[in-house]
Amino acid sequence: MKFTTALKAVATAGAMALMMSTAASAVTLQLHNGGDPGTLDPHKASGDWENRVIGDYIEGLLTENPSAEAIPGQAESWDISEDGTVYTFHLRDGIQWSDGTPVTAGDFVFAFQRLFNPATAADYAYLQFPIKNAEQINSGEITDLNELGVKAIDDKTLEITLNASTPFFLEALTHYTAYPVPRHLVEELGDDWTKVENIVGNGPYLVKEWLPGSYVRSEKNPDYYDAENVQIDEVYYHVLEDQAAALNRYRAGEFDILTDFPADQYQWLQDNMPGQAHVTPFLGIYYYVMNQEEGQVLSDIRIREALSTTVVRDVIGPDILGTGELPAYGWVPPGTANYVENAYHPEWADVPYEERVEKAIGLMTEAGYGPDNPLTLQLRYNTNDNHQRIAVAIAAMWEPLGVKVELFNAETAVHYDALRAGDFQVGRAGWLLDYNDPSNTLDLLKTGVSQDGTMNWGNNYGRYSNAEYDALMTQASTELDLEARGELLAQAEKIAMDEFAAIPIYWYVSKDVVSPKISGFEENPKNIFRTRWLSKSE
Amino acid sequence: MLAYAFRRVLSAIPIALIAVTACFFILRLAPGGPFDGERALPPTVLANLRAHYNLDQPLINQYFIYIWRLLHGDLGPSMVIDGFNVSQLIAIGFPFTLTMALTAFVIATAIGMLAGMVAAVYQNKWPDYVLVLAVMIGVLIPNFLMAALLQLWFGVYLRWFPAGGWVNGSWWHLVLPVTVLAWPHAGRISRLMRGSMIEVLGTNYVRTARSKGLGERLVLARHAIKPALLPVVSYLGPGLSYLLTGSLAVEQIFGLPGIGKYFVTAALNRDYGVVLGTTILYMFIILALNLIVDLVYAWLDPKVRYR
Repeated sequence: MKFTTALKAVATAGAMALMMSTAASAVTLQLHNGGDPGTLDPHKASGDWENRVIGDYIEGLLTENPSAEAIPGQAESWDISEDGTVYTFHLRDGIQWSDGTPVTAGDFVFAFQRLFNPATAADYAYLQFPIKNAEQINSGEITDLNELGVKAIDDKTLEITLNASTPFFLEALTHYTAYPVPRHLVEELGDDWTKVENIVGNGPYLVKEWLPGSYVRSEKNPDYYDAENVQIDEVYYHVLEDQAAALNRYRAGEFDILTDFPADQYQWLQDNMPGQAHVTPFLGIYYYVMNQEEGQVLSDIRIREALSTTVVRDVIGPDILGTGELPAYGWVPPGTANYVENAYHPEWADVPYEERVEKAIGLMTEAGYGPDNPLTLQLRYNTNDNHQRIAVAIAAMWEPLGVKVELFNAETAVHYDALRAGDFQVGRAGWLLDYNDPSNTLDLLKTGVSQDGTMNWGNNYGRYSNAEYDALMTQASTELDLEARGELLAQAEKIAMDEFAAIPIYWYVSKDVVSPKISGFEENPKNIFRTRWLSKSE
Repeated sequence: MLAYAFRRVLSAIPIALIAVTACFFILRLAPGGPFDGERALPPTVLANLRAHYNLDQPLINQYFIYIWRLLHGDLGPSMVIDGFNVSQLIAIGFPFTLTMALTAFVIATAIGMLAGMVAAVYQNKWPDYVLVLAVMIGVLIPNFLMAALLQLWFGVYLRWFPAGGWVNGSWWHLVLPVTVLAWPHAGRISRLMRGSMIEVLGTNYVRTARSKGLGERLVLARHAIKPALLPVVSYLGPGLSYLLTGSLAVEQIFGLPGIGKYFVTAALNRDYGVVLGTTILYMFIILALNLIVDLVYAWLDPKVRYR
């Protein structure tokens, strides 16, 4: 009796040891991803949370290297026509979906048609609008999907025709909107193809499990063309929006990488976990919009100047936020590709603060405001501690001008609804670049387009409008020479900033914490680090 | 009793319909919609999305479409979480929330009643003070703070329990979240129990029981506990629904897959389908719990007679 018990114990211990040894050989990355991904469908995705998962299981024509620069993905090479409008891609040999079906040029054609098909209702379809007829198909103007400028020459060759030469097009192809989808599966299952039990991929990882509210789990794809160099066997993309809780779980050793942390913990991290927190300039701008519609107070450029020049940007990153975001005086983030060397920097930025205030008071007096007739402005922001701290600080900076600021906060949906409707005076906004090109931020200040008698201002909430600016933007969009194009865009930036089209405040930074166990992580301005480049040591 | 239960169930139908209707329209009164994010969508895309979810139709039509689908057991799609429809989200999240809430409920009720009785019996002596202090901590510290504190102490410093996350079937991962949920619940129950027990112990029939020479233990077990339970029982229904609906902070901080999170984030995102779906679910839970409590009440208290 005792003997059998002992035998059982030994057997159990042996089995456990065996299990542990196999467990130890599988390398699992525990990645803190943020919120729940809204979808696993690349055509419906709209943010980082989806991007991290989707970009690991599907690969586009081009993909990102460790520093997030475009490199060959499913296409191993391409030719570009002399006028820059026709791209011919040559797909790799042997690429396949995880169910064994080959990835063909037809999958890409099908994917682009699906992206622009109005029935798909893809949020970010407009990112690929440089493609010929894309916009017309998406708006329903053209109903024949075959009119799209994406054609399969044969199974291995794909031809994409653009409206005009677009210098950032290859870069835009790394975006998930340009990913292929498995045509055979989507035709059979429709939108259900991304359900975990059906899903297939062509990327380095394959989605195996999705527990909403908790995690998505992917495993290494053995059939991926570069599988031999992929080090990590399994990835958990954890859902946790509470940043302080995420940091606690990192400290408990449960997470290997945090993709965000509370700004006020930066000092603590530097003191206690030196080298693990990465604060990196990120392609994005945090700014205030001023409503310049006719009849609005802020249509007066003097008041806009007074407000913008008296915001002390240097204290916001280091002191108010604590993560050292760099002050923004222009509209195009530093590090943006295809741009001029020396960034826009207004003269007033170097004038001592006291003099700026003095001049601003003068401008306000000219505009008819002063101590006897104070200007009352409403400043709207979406509810968030950091937005509030900045708003309070800026309200205090405007006080010497005799400006009385009424703070008003609302949840995100309500806030942006009000901005779009023009129902505000000063409003907080932010923009993260979709692709690394100056036009992506400069487009924000283009005059809206008239549609059915009403103006559609898009993301130009402040309704800034300058014909010369618009003309430069149009000219730049057809300029083939990158340097000349950069110059044109820089001229446009100067016009808008000299007219105080908005109040740039700071350039965003990305905030990651990376365990010393992880190697292969490279800071980059897009904050994209694909799992295939990472490795983990115990 | 059966007839009473049947009547109560019938009367719940109009209540449910009114609640769904009110929720449907009030939700639409709130400014903003499910597609108002940080970025303006091009009008064509927005129109496509709105058409996809029937949002381009007159509100009253949308309402009847919703009710029609609801009668067929279809809670509709989520407009924000694309991979799942509302029924699926509930099917994944609710069993988890229910497990967590019921575990917390059983533990908290047992501990709370026991603590309340002990405190009442030792009124104004040290066990009473210790228990009152423990209760106060649980009731006064808001659960998001409690969750963060327990996570830090037991997950990060001591490493006794996981600091968060969920591995299927692992009760180990539930210890901290259940503690956070159970503590204030146990606190409220023990206060109710203590108060009503003290009152019962002062009544004439307890005095009679004592004077006829019954031992203190028998007095408590046979005469005091049952009547003292009444206020506690009437709290159990709302208490359980509170545990079921109040799991938001716990789910957020420990990264758990329950539905409490959907209820709140969906409201902020204007994810109409999910808000309505979770509201309907909660409504049924609350209606059902109230019914059960009323029935238990009838059983406990001979003064309450239902025909």
